[in-house]
Formats: sequence, structure tokens, C-alpha cells
Amino acid sequence: MKDIVVVILMVAGTFFFAMGTLGLWRFPDVFSRAHASTKCDTLGCGLILLSMVVRSGFSLASLKMLLIIGFIWLTNATAAHVIGNTALKQGYPMLKETRTWIYRGRGE
Amino acid sequence: MMTEFFLGVCVALIALTFACMARAAVGPTAMDRLMAINIIGTKTVAIICVISLVFNEDFFLDVAIVYALISFLTTIAVAKYLQTGSLF
Repeated sequence: MKDIVVVILMVAGTFFFAMGTLGLWRFPDVFSRAHASTKCDTLGCGLILLSMVVRSGFSLASLKMLLIIGFIWLTNATAAHVIGNTALKQGYPMLKETRTWIYRGRGE
Repeated sequence: MMTEFFLGVCVALIALTFACMARAAVGPTAMDRLMAINIIGTKTVAIICVISLVFNEDFFLDVAIVYALISFLTTIAVAKYLQTGSLF
């Protein structure tokens, strides 16, 4: 029973890694590739480590895995935000159909 | 039975890592390369954890923690260098 849950979670994590890599290849510009890469980081790595927490049960190893999950969920969102911020400030080319006029006048 | 499954997951993740590495080699701008390197770091953490499950060695998890720290630091440092022109 436990093995079935482990297999389902790990196959789902590998699927999300594959979809993130596919998005990294198929999307046209930097900002939409950032959209695909963050899915890959949070869902893929989170599901694979969660399946290993299920397999090893209540122990010190599963505590370390939960620590890695929390750290990756914190840092990868921060890294993707830093990458997008740098690309926007350096003026990297955006897709022509991007509707930036919606957000004009907000923020700053 | 489960060991072979974990080895298969490792092989699939390594193949995806090579796909990301090809994007890092091809990528037209520096930000594409940096994003591909970021994904490679996350995948390496997952691969190290699965390998620790294959060999039943707990100390690989410490290696994974340190690798996650260093990967995050690399991304932040390269982005800061591209944005401001210097590291300090």
C-alpha cells in the first residue's frame, strides 16, 4: 500500500520535471520560460521529496527531507523573481504580443 | 523491485538534466542560461535524494542540503553581477 503511494508521487514529480523542461524548450522568451521553470522547481522537487518522506516514515532522514522541501520552496521563488527582475531592468526582449499596458500606472 | 524503480527515476531525471544543459548551451540570452542552470541545480538535489534511497545511506541528504544552498547562492550572485556589474 505504501509502495503504491510512493510510486504515484514519484511518477507525478518526474512528470512535472519533464513538463518544466518541455516549457523551457518550447516557450518563446525569458519571462514565459520563467513561468515554466518555477513549476518544475516547486511541484517536481516537492513531490519527489514528499514520496521519499512517505517511504522512510517518521525518522531523522524524513525531517531532513522536509527541511530541503521548505528551503527549496523558499529559495526557488526568490531566484525566479531575481532572474525576472534582472531581465526586466536590463531590457531583455519581450514577446511582441505581451500586454504590458494593463499594468502601467500600478506599482512603481 | 522498488530499487529498480528508483534507478529508473534516476535515469529519467539525468536525461532531463541533459536536455536542460542543451538549453543552457543554446540559449540566446544570459538569462535563459541562468534559468537552465537553476533547474539543473534543483534536479541534482532530487537525484541525490533518490540515490540516498537506493543505497540506504543517510549522509547523502546532508550533501543535498549543502548543494541546495550553493545552487541558490550561485543564481543570486550571477544575477547581481549581471544587474550591477560587480559582486560587492
